[in-house]
Parts: sequence; structure tokens; C-alpha cells
Amino acid sequence: MELLFEKTVSGRQTSYIPELEVPFYQYEDKYLNEQSLDFPELSELDVSRHYSELERRTFGINQGFYPLGSCTMKYNPRFHEQVASLPGFCDIHPLQSLESVPGAKFIYEKSEELLCKITGMDYMSFQPAAGAQGEFLGILLIKKFHEKNGEGGTRSKILIPDSAHGTNPATAALCGLNVVTVRSTNEGYMDLNHLRELANTEIAGLMLTNPNTLGVFDPNICEITKIVHEAGGLCYYDGANLNPIMNIARPGDMGFDCIHLNLHKTFSTPHGGGGPGAGAVGMKELLKECYDEVWKVKAFHGHFLVVVRALCYLLTLGEKGIRDSAVQSVLSANYMKKQLEDTFTIKQKGFCMHEFVITLEEESKNYGFRALDVAKAFIDYQMYPPTMYFPQIIPEALMVEPTETESKETLDYAVEIYKKVYQDLKRDPDSAKDYPKTTPIHRPDEVSAARNPKLRWRKET
Amino acid sequence: MGNYLGVTKEQQEEMKHVLNIQSTDDLYRDIPDSIFQKEGTDLKEGLSQLEVIKIMKQKAATNTIYASCYRGAGAYRHFIPPIVDLIAQKESFVTSYTPYQPEISQGILQIIFEFQTLICMLTGMDVSNASVYDGATAAAEAIAMCVEKQKKHVLISETINPEVKMVLKNYEFAFGIELEFIPEKNGKTDLHALPSLITENTACIYVESPNFFGILEDLDTYSTLVKEKGIKSILGVNPMSLGILKSPSVYGIDIVVGEGQPLGIPLSYGGPYLGFMATKQELVRKLPGRIVGETIDHDGKRAFVLTLQAREQHIRREKASSNICSNQALCALRASVYLSVVGPNGFRQVSNSCAANAHYLAEEMFKIHGFYRGYPGEFFHEFVSVSQIPSNDIIAKLEEHHILAPLPLSENKLLWCVTEVNQKEEMDFVLSLLKEVSEDGIAI
Repeated sequence: MELLFEKTVSGRQTSYIPELEVPFYQYEDKYLNEQSLDFPELSELDVSRHYSELERRTFGINQGFYPLGSCTMKYNPRFHEQVASLPGFCDIHPLQSLESVPGAKFIYEKSEELLCKITGMDYMSFQPAAGAQGEFLGILLIKKFHEKNGEGGTRSKILIPDSAHGTNPATAALCGLNVVTVRSTNEGYMDLNHLRELANTEIAGLMLTNPNTLGVFDPNICEITKIVHEAGGLCYYDGANLNPIMNIARPGDMGFDCIHLNLHKTFSTPHGGGGPGAGAVGMKELLKECYDEVWKVKAFHGHFLVVVRALCYLLTLGEKGIRDSAVQSVLSANYMKKQLEDTFTIKQKGFCMHEFVITLEEESKNYGFRALDVAKAFIDYQMYPPTMYFPQIIPEALMVEPTETESKETLDYAVEIYKKVYQDLKRDPDSAKDYPKTTPIHRPDEVSAARNPKLRWRKET
Repeated sequence: MGNYLGVTKEQQEEMKHVLNIQSTDDLYRDIPDSIFQKEGTDLKEGLSQLEVIKIMKQKAATNTIYASCYRGAGAYRHFIPPIVDLIAQKESFVTSYTPYQPEISQGILQIIFEFQTLICMLTGMDVSNASVYDGATAAAEAIAMCVEKQKKHVLISETINPEVKMVLKNYEFAFGIELEFIPEKNGKTDLHALPSLITENTACIYVESPNFFGILEDLDTYSTLVKEKGIKSILGVNPMSLGILKSPSVYGIDIVVGEGQPLGIPLSYGGPYLGFMATKQELVRKLPGRIVGETIDHDGKRAFVLTLQAREQHIRREKASSNICSNQALCALRASVYLSVVGPNGFRQVSNSCAANAHYLAEEMFKIHGFYRGYPGEFFHEFVSVSQIPSNDIIAKLEEHHILAPLPLSENKLLWCVTEVNQKEEMDFVLSLLKEVSEDGIAI
């Protein structure tokens, strides 16, 4: 498809603002841009059609099943968008006086109250722009806590399980902490003996996702946080997987001191093709003073309009609807898992939480088709593939998270297709590389994209 | 009330039957009893959509929307062509995930590729990423690109936006870098003081132009100094100024960053906004965040993919150059649509209009008795006034007429911002109010 720049026609333009009513201001030459800007010259209609065509080439939740493990791609209620575009929310300046924005104050206070209740935290900050920035703030809180206690120099290690999201170790390392990896047991739980070995006076704390990325809730969770606390460390909860336990088990009760929530996963604010999200950070009283020193991780007040959407969700569902959603996410995941078990190798043996991990290790060895091939074949059935090759500790992984908003009919259809694709590939593994067949492009050459990066369009000369 | 569950009560029973469980509590066997919250009667029900919309509309209506606005300082009210809103509301764009599966994500990938190109055109730089959280985090990430183990000293101008300053101070604590400020003199970075501040451990320098006071910095001098010392230069820009002002690339800047909010993104009480980052080709592998590249598919057809992922956290974990995992795709889309519909001439017109209106207001204001320019030096669309009348009196006067007053910097200093939306009649009204205040002030 042509790019905006390739559709340009010199002189084509729409008028948006009036002619100057005041004298033109002439800058001295040394300030002026002599080069012309190469932006496209298009009519509104050209632009409208361009983006309509791009929309057809974008797969959203509105188009089909989106079981991306760890991403919680639940339905994003449409009325949230309408609320978030109310002028009273959109047209207010971040540096207006607090007295002039009682509505914005309500959004933050009410969201804080409701989210603290769900998580068992004392305070909730909406500064961070995303989950990764939430982690950043959380680790800064922990760092500040030890610094205030005169242990800033000595507590330089952070414990992170091998199943963690990549952002956890990346965040800790950015904050100058040394990452120490804690092993998982075969069941996917944290290895308590290993943890005990590692928990000493050099640790700043622990970063943990629970349920973890293998989709299992760690039954030793209270013991884990106790071990860390006894060693003088603090416990950070990565809320990426809070969805299955909302109003069922609270991170605060598990013993966590601070947490982040991905409002764009758990609280249904849309992903927007990669952002903006929002990473609310919850903390217990003991960290409040530290927060006052390190809160500023981005300009102004965080992603206000994202918080507006999350509050719409919280108000509509209520505590009961929130709990029902959590339960259904688990029920739906287990329902799918149960029916796929006779065909696929699935890591979790008992009940999973909101997601489960298929491994195609055997198939890739015995038949020569890989997780990637299975995923790509699903695309031809109008569904987004599961998360691939994550968690990294499971070879040839496909991670499936159906979410509570999908219908039973969709789950049944997905099960049928997953099995069909599996059988098709087993029968004809040579065809594996041909999928997907129905998309605007076939598999792209990612190797040459990285080797000879072409990261922008340039006018041909 | 609502819950958006896709499964009926009856179907839930069927599912439970398939799983051979009596109660959904059985699914949670791993959760210790001591922390398990059983399904209780005290759980509050939610509200209907009708009720929630009503509440939210009521709350939104309590926020003051000013009829006109003279406050900027990092967030700017501009005209947003309605088509920007409509395209950004397309359901697939709103609800899709980060484009991990290129075959069904060509739309979002192409949008980001076009955004990267537009940012390169705007700044004159070679490459751009898919965007970061906001202008402040873009500045912080740019600094992180330059810092090395042995070079952790970073110089920052005192004239940068205080919001950015606060974020950078926080990154200083996080990264263990050493920030030092270049003093301000007459509203500008004191470049005479700069050479003596540079040490052999200095990694980079960050300056903004227009700076917080609206003043254009001496970028020629700045870039010459920095080049002589072999230090990386980072420049923060207001994208709207680049419709008329010299492209940062002309000065040989290494990394250009900024807040993209002026490009079609509403004020939204501060977010979500759009951080952009552009750099030279040789620094591309240090650039954080998502980057989209062009390639071909197996049939030779043009295709776009996320690329250079070896830099990123999901591959490199603790060795990654940044922990960034998302970008502001939907805000980047808004900026792209904005720049596409206004085009090069429209963009220049908006830029000119901001400058002309701001200079008109300033010129007329400083004819009023008791009002003086805060700082000499050329500016874009923000400037500082000093007056004998207390800032609060001026603010109160404007507030009476539903005008969002300039940002008070001190008891007698105000930071004004004027854009294309402030029309002459409106500015003349403000000037008449200032005259009244001035006369009242003198009468006392």
C-alpha cells in the first residue's frame, strides 16, 4: 500500500485557520528555516481514505478473538471513549488551579479509593504512563526506603523469578540494582529453598507477578513475602496478572508493599495499537514518605484520560461485577484448556488461572512445525494468535488468555480451530511456512529488516 | 450492574460441568484460605451505563473550560481539525495491541512508520522511534542514551521546563547519574558559563529552545561549544515552532526530543501526550522504545515490522537499554493525521500565526503603563511579563472574564502563551483588561 508521502500532490490543501489579523512577524534570517517541510500535501478526503484503508489492515478486538497471553485483551466498552472525549475532560489545562477542576479531582480520588480496596493498598498514584513506568516508580520507592534507613549502599540486589516479564529485570537494572534470578519449581511455583538461600541483608526486595506468567497462583505466596521481609527486603507486585483474582485475593493481603496495575489490561482501557496505557502504583503507608520524594516520573498528572476510562469501568462493574469478571476469566481459560488437553501439551496440570501455556517442543522436534507456524495459521481463521515464545522458560510456547468477555461460542470455535490447525500441520508440516494465506501480506522478512534498517521514507532522488 | 461477560449463567453451568467442579471457588485451590475472599453478599453492585454517563457528565461539567487561554508552559491549546478525533476513534486503532503480528497489523505498523518519517521531516534528523510517554520522559531517555559507565556527568540548562527538570532529577536518583545545571542569564542559558562546567566525564548537555520562558537559545554558539568538546548535544523543541524556525539538524544536534501534544492532541489535563525522539543514523541502536522498519514479505510485497528488537527489554531483560515496552501509538496517530491534513503550508501558517499573535500581544502589552518585558531576546509564542501590579490581581481580573491567565512565575512575573486560537479581538479585550488593572493599580 502507498504511503502518505507517495500520495502527495503539490498545492493540495485544506484551510483550517483564518488569515492573520495582526501584523506578520518577521524573524531575522538566522532563526528562519530556509528548507521546505516535506509533509504530504493531501485533501481531507485523501487522508480519510488513507486511514480507512489502514484500519482495514489493523486487527482490533472489534474484529475477532484476541487471546494474547499476559495482555488481557478484554472488551473495551465503547461508551468510555465518549466519556473521555467530553470537553470538560479534554479541554482542561494541566496547570489550571485545583479549584477549577473538581471533576478531575473526583476522577483521581474515586479511582484511588476503588483500586486501593481491590488491591489492599493504602495509596494509589496515577503518575506512571505505563506498566514499565509503574515498575520504575515502584523500584524507586523501594530504593528510597532503604536509603532513608541508611541501607541505600548495602541493599543492591533484587530478586526476580526466572518466569518474570522482561520489564522486571530491565527496570531493576535501570535503577542500578543487580538482578538475582530465583528458580521456579516444575509446577511453576517459586523455589522456596532457593529463595531462602538468596534472601540476605544485601537484597532490596523482590519483584513478583502472581499469578505468574505460567498462569499459576503461588500457594506459598504469604511465606514468600515473609521470607523477603525477614531479610529486610520489600515486596513489589507486578499487577500484569491481577485480572483473575480481583476481589478474590488482594496483593496487600499477600504481603506486598507496593504494586503496579496496568489499567490498560485489567481495567479495560484500550491498548491503542501500543499505547497510551497507564500504570497506577499502589503502596502501603510505610512508603508514603518515600513517594513524596520520587513521585515525579513524568510531566503533569499522568494519563488523565486513561484514568477516566478506568473509572467508568470500575463504576459500571461495581465490586461484584469486578469479582464476576475475575471468576469468568478463570473459568473460560480452564474451559478452553480442558478441551485442548487431548491435542496439545499444556504446562499446567491442575487448574490454571486466567491463562495457560501450550508448548510445541515435541512437535517442533518430531514434525518440524513450530509455535510460530501454529500461531500464523490461526490468523487465517480471523483470530489473533496467542502470545508466542513467552514465558521464555517454556520452549515453543503459546500463551492463551481468552478473557472473560469472550462468548462460549467464540471459545468453542477457537478450540475447534486450534485442533484443526494442529491436525493440518501434523499431516502436512511442509505447508507450515505458508501461513497465513489470507492476509494483505505474507510473512515478512524480519531478518533483513533488522540487518538493513529502513526506518523512514525518503524522497527518491 | 454491567460486567461485559460473554457467557450466560446457563453456559457457566455447562463450563463447570465440563471441568467437573461444583463451585468456581474450586478453581482457586492454590489461594491460601487466610487471604481468600469468598463470594460475599457485601460486594457492591455496579451502575448502569446510563447512570455512569450521567455521573461522568456531571463531573466533567464541574471542571472550568476557559473561553480563552493564555497559559502554556508545556501544554498548549491549538485548533484540532475534527477529522483528527474521528480517525483516532476508529475502533481497530483504539483496540488493537502492539503490532507483534505484522500480517494483521500492517495498518498500525504503517502509521508508526509514517509517524517516524514525519518526525524526521519535522526535526531534520535521520531516524525516529515510535514515540515515548511524553516530552519529559523523552528528554530522560535521550540522556540515558548518552550516559556511559565512565561518563555520568550531565549538564542541563536552568531554562528548561520545570516539569522536565523534576523528572530528570528523579532519573538522577534512579540511574546514579550526576546532573549539573547551566545557570540562566536574562532568560537564556548562560553559554559563557558552560565551558568551565564541562568535565572529562560529561556525557551530554540538554537545552530547550524555545526554552521555558519562550526565548530562543543561541543554538549556533551552543552547538559549536558542544562539538569542540566532543559531547553529545540534546535539544528539546516545541514542534509547533519548527514550521518557521530553523531545523535542529542544521545545528548538528545529536538528539532532538520534544512534547508532541501541540500536534493535534487535546490538553486533557496533562495526558496522554506524546514524547518524540529523533537522532542521527549512528545512534539508532541506542534509541529506546519501539521502532518500525520497512521490509518485504515472501512475495516481495512491501511490509512493515517492529525491528531492531535486540535493543529491547523483552529480549535483553536486564541488559536492555531501556525498560520501555509501550509507545503512544494512538497519540502518534493523532500527530500524523494532524500533520497530514494541515500539510506543509498549513503547518507553516499555524506556526506563523502563533508567532505573530504572540508578538502582537507582547508589543501592545508593553505599551501599557507598568508592564515590562521580563527578558530580552527573540521568542516564539511564549514570553514573560513583569509588572508593578501583583500577578494575583491580574490573574483574578482575567479569571472574572473566563480567561485562563498566564502562568505566574513570581509575585510580579507572568509567563504568557499565545497560539493561533487567540484571535485579535480576544487579545484586544485582554489588553483592555490589563489597562484597567494598570490604572486601578496606579490609582492606589
